[in-house]
Amino acid sequence: MTSTAPHPVTPTVVAPLPAPRRGSVPGMVVLVGLLILAGLVSLAVGSRPLSLGTVIDVLLGPDGSDASTIVHDLRIPRTVLAIAVGVSLGIAGALMQGHTRNPLADPGLLGVEAGAAFAVVIGIYAFGVQDLTGYAWFSLAGAGLAAAAVFAIGSTRGGPDPVSLVLAGTAVSALLYALTQAVVLRDIDTLDAFRFWSVGSVSGRGMDVFWEVLPFMVVGLLLAGLSASTLNLLQLGDDVASSLGLHPVRHKAVGVLGVMLLTGAATAACGPVGFVGLVVPHVARHFAGVDYRWVIPYSGLIGGVLVVVADVVGRVVVRPGELQVGIVMALIGGPVFIHLVRRTRMVRI
Amino acid sequence: MSVATRERPRPSPALGTPLRVGPLSWLVPLRAALAVVGGLGVLAVLVALDLSMGDFEIPVSDVIRTLLGGGDAGQRFIVMELRLPQTTVAILVGCALGLAGALTQTFARNPLASPDILGVTQGAALGAVGVIVLAGGSGYGGGLVAGTLQTVGLPLAAFAGALLTATLLYVLSWRRGIDGQRLVLIGIGLSFALSAGTSWLLVKARIEDAASAQVWLNGSLNGRGWEQATPLLWTLAVLVPVSVLLARSLNALQLGDDSARGLGVRLQLTQLMVLVAAVGLVAVSVSAVGPLEFVAFVVPQIALRLTAGSRPPMLVSMVLGACLVVAADFVTRVVIPFALPAGLVTAAIGAPYLIWLLLRHNRKVSA
Repeated sequence: MTSTAPHPVTPTVVAPLPAPRRGSVPGMVVLVGLLILAGLVSLAVGSRPLSLGTVIDVLLGPDGSDASTIVHDLRIPRTVLAIAVGVSLGIAGALMQGHTRNPLADPGLLGVEAGAAFAVVIGIYAFGVQDLTGYAWFSLAGAGLAAAAVFAIGSTRGGPDPVSLVLAGTAVSALLYALTQAVVLRDIDTLDAFRFWSVGSVSGRGMDVFWEVLPFMVVGLLLAGLSASTLNLLQLGDDVASSLGLHPVRHKAVGVLGVMLLTGAATAACGPVGFVGLVVPHVARHFAGVDYRWVIPYSGLIGGVLVVVADVVGRVVVRPGELQVGIVMALIGGPVFIHLVRRTRMVRI
Repeated sequence: MSVATRERPRPSPALGTPLRVGPLSWLVPLRAALAVVGGLGVLAVLVALDLSMGDFEIPVSDVIRTLLGGGDAGQRFIVMELRLPQTTVAILVGCALGLAGALTQTFARNPLASPDILGVTQGAALGAVGVIVLAGGSGYGGGLVAGTLQTVGLPLAAFAGALLTATLLYVLSWRRGIDGQRLVLIGIGLSFALSAGTSWLLVKARIEDAASAQVWLNGSLNGRGWEQATPLLWTLAVLVPVSVLLARSLNALQLGDDSARGLGVRLQLTQLMVLVAAVGLVAVSVSAVGPLEFVAFVVPQIALRLTAGSRPPMLVSMVLGACLVVAADFVTRVVIPFALPAGLVTAAIGAPYLIWLLLRHNRKVSA
């Protein structure tokens, strides 16, 4: 223990405070560029690598060749899905941490992921659902029901209360997780199907899954856009916010609804992908400061880049097999995040 | 509580009721004391039930006589050899997890900061699942009850995983001292990376090994005995007094790091001690029964709501943790007809109770 003794009082030159970090349009442009680049790389890389030139050629004019089929039927759906899921989860995470005012809040905490998992297991076990489109419908229904329950438990007349919401979400999630496991442990065939869904993956999904979840994501994004500026005021506390002319209950309800839609759609599309929603907002705050009007779009773009890159890496590292995107993201993203936390002063919320 | 209607401000119920005897006066934390006594009562009933019921039912009066040294040989065998060791492990694990949760939630001033979020549990899980899956090819992979490998190897691997993770966590978080929030964030990063490792092993594994690992991952009290109880007992014997000594500093920590330092708390030392205590308790429990993830989160929050204090109370958390785990043991052994890991039952009992407490509280706020 080195620093237990009181610090000696020495007249030191006080370093000037660093300028507060803020998001900026050039920063957004860089992120969009990165996202497009990652998307193109994702179209090119795989068990059959294509050159970027070929990719762009078949993108502009599908010619029925092998390369064209690979790009259009296999790689475009999964890339589009990865971007959509990453953007949704990143934004949902920023909204969630803002509305609960808790830096440890994950969008999955609202019971969305546990509800989706339970519904999928019921679908596999009781209804014999086997295809991914079927999984998606079941998980959308489960996510909606669970989130509604959490919202009802965690709300008072003053609207959703941050601490209650988080606790209710954790409790409901744990209950649903226990039920899920109880089914899975009793039936080994269900476990076999479920263990692949439960790690989260964007492979093997067609565009139909994307179109299915897109409406939910669009509405969720709209709600996120609506609540971005009010989220800044809500950080000051409900009393201050309402004295500044906000209606906290209404705005919190809008925000939480947005989180539910975004997370539910993402989970339905590719299973529970942890990490993005919890970690990306911290990274975004590192670049964009505390203003949610910047943090939310930054989180979305960083989330998109992260999921696409993780998907590409997962295709490359264990050739000819594949590593699921959820696993890659946590395996690589975990250490990177630790490095970032160690190196810099995190922005507190 | 109809406190709001009174004119005179009353001290927080957690602070206690002043008790005066002549020139002496001190605060008796009445609500916490009631919660402890009530919890102990519930615990006694649960332990009695747990010891008396099962495949072979023994009346509670006979159980008590057997515990005091009477009873016939058959009853002695069943109570003392078969049921008492497992119940003891349940009590000790519950105490350890309840206390660990109260410590970390107070330390980070965040109800989400249960020890499971810091990666320690995930490190233990990775160690244990690694042993199950990597040893799985050699014909092992039956139930989780037999075999030298898991009586020696599994707990050891889990314990080593937990300690390695904790050391890594501390080393990585150290930059001219430990900062609470940085430590928690680094813990999150670690726990994600480690649990991704576990998922990878599970996806790669043969389905039989995956199923067997899944049972361990949900925590099970089945077949646990004195060899698990002894290390737990020693750990508690050392770390409970340490935690009690930390209580004063933890009260000051509630006000924020800077205020605590201003009040004379040795911040670095306190944080290190809290971490060591929490990690030690979790590591030993995980290696004994596997991860009972939900206990350390839910018990301090229930205790906090029962005592109406400002931070999760340690003693009440220990007693309630023991109640929850013993109840889970009772339910898995006696009530449900099929085998279910205790970890699932703790969630199935604890979660609805917390939900009910939240609902009751929220109705009061709205009314």
